[in-house]
Amino acid sequence: MLIAQILVNGLVLGGLYACIAVGFSLVWGVLNVINLLHGSFIVIGSYAAYFAYIHLGIHPFLSVPIAAAILFVIGYSFQAGFINRVVAAPVLTTLTLTFGLELFVNNLLIIAFKADYRKVTLENPLGVLTLAGITVPVDRLAAMVMALLLTGLLFWVLNASRVGRAIVAVRMDREAAALMGVKVKKIYALTFGIGAVMAGAAGSLISLIYPISPLNSITFLGKAFVICVLGGLGSVLGAMVGGLTLGVLESFGALAFGPEHAVTLSFITLILFLLFRPTGIMGKKGYE
Amino acid sequence: MRRILLLLALVGVLLVPMVGNNYIIRLTTIMMLYCVLALSWNFIGGLTGYPSFATAAFFGLGAYAGAICQGQGIPMYLAWILGALMAAVFAAGLGLAILRLRGHYFAIASLVVADVLREVVNSATKLTGGGMGFNLPVLKMGIDTQTKLFYYLMFILAILTVVSAAYVNRHRLGFGLRCIKQNEDAANMIGINATIYKTVAFTLSAVFVGWAGAFYASWVNYIEPGDVFDILFSVKPIIMVLLGRAGTISGPIIGAVIFLFMEELVWRNFLTFHAGVLGLIVVALIFYLPDGVLALNFRRLLAWRRN
Repeated sequence: MLIAQILVNGLVLGGLYACIAVGFSLVWGVLNVINLLHGSFIVIGSYAAYFAYIHLGIHPFLSVPIAAAILFVIGYSFQAGFINRVVAAPVLTTLTLTFGLELFVNNLLIIAFKADYRKVTLENPLGVLTLAGITVPVDRLAAMVMALLLTGLLFWVLNASRVGRAIVAVRMDREAAALMGVKVKKIYALTFGIGAVMAGAAGSLISLIYPISPLNSITFLGKAFVICVLGGLGSVLGAMVGGLTLGVLESFGALAFGPEHAVTLSFITLILFLLFRPTGIMGKKGYE
Repeated sequence: MRRILLLLALVGVLLVPMVGNNYIIRLTTIMMLYCVLALSWNFIGGLTGYPSFATAAFFGLGAYAGAICQGQGIPMYLAWILGALMAAVFAAGLGLAILRLRGHYFAIASLVVADVLREVVNSATKLTGGGMGFNLPVLKMGIDTQTKLFYYLMFILAILTVVSAAYVNRHRLGFGLRCIKQNEDAANMIGINATIYKTVAFTLSAVFVGWAGAFYASWVNYIEPGDVFDILFSVKPIIMVLLGRAGTISGPIIGAVIFLFMEELVWRNFLTFHAGVLGLIVVALIFYLPDGVLALNFRRLLAWRRN
């Protein structure tokens, strides 16, 4: 029974992890840019949900669109203003640039919101669900379902909409897509915007579960790294599989080694995966 | 002309402890430490073109190895050598494993190493003191003598690093590394054993950093995991090298000097926003000085200003 409970805990956590990583994975796959700002984007989403709840009384589930809209504007302008200028540059240049931007944004966040840990505490929590001896808080379960729905929505957008097909085309072959009339720079900015949207949505969902602080951005970023490598890069399905795997891995790891070793465990898994299966669980070829 | 300038700079640095106050001496010691970090990263990042973020791992490893050795009663100088060796052996093993990766994958793999080591040190409480940090035995000498002693010891390490960098740059190894940077497959084809060359470069990028870490531990007398495994120890050397010019000897040194001045200036003037200003400087650097200050054509710059 304990095993089943831990498995469920892991899956609930993993659904949120998928939502955390999917935007990061999309940007990495399509633009070939590691966006070190992703963690801060998630934190901004969390703050949007926090203040919407404190001041306007909007439930974090309902403030997802607000957070997403704010983040889309931020993401789109960062891409159009800064990252588009170095998008074809070597790895080191793009990494250093996003690191510089991350230092700036994170410092702004600390000044604006202080480094205190805050949390959204609902006045009317939905209680707990007990089924066959397994207990799950309904808020968490709902957040996980929302996260998976949003990830599924992104999957649908990429596969069914015109813009989504253009994004996928750019990911496959930039030159060929440009020849087919796709405006590559615009698609880049849009992709980055969508990546930020997913970060914002994830941020407002996890504001119910995680404490909110600018200092958390590095934690989320680390998780996004691991999930991308576990699941395989640049596909929504990969992020989903990676997220669920990491969630389960962390839960069982906490049982076996103690929760303080969760980060070590996930990073060692990351290195092992990079060494022995760099294409991830899904086995698609990653982008170098 | 260049030799005279170099000689003057050397004499200037040697004279600092005689004329400067403790603040200047401390600042110049940090400057030389930065030179060591930047030149070390240059082996793997500048010459070989592998974006390594492992500097913090080597620094912390050296610091803890040196500190623990000294705690066991091993003399300070021997402890530093052991710290350097520890970092070098670790880098050689790690390099054999992760240097097969390229681009982003290598960057991420090298980035998380410091985090893993930090957590390991954090949890090995008996040996390292964990999150409480580690206190080193205090040296039995006056503060002023100590400051000067550490200054000259850092100077020796910096010179050692510069000489090794210059040697590698001129010889077969440096040539091979530059070939790998341009085209690794082609380099392999013409008989350069890329695996061995890269691993040697990675080890070189660790040995002096490990030494510097052990030095740092003795110098500040107290270390804790979050301090010596700080990600900024990985990123700062990269910024310095980019600031000067990657793949050269003088570039990283000049970059380190400029970076120290900027850092000190920013620290003084923007106490709560120094990380943000540093970030802005990094962004400006990428956009306006992508090849570093050494790539600037000063004559053209002067002519442009006159017009």
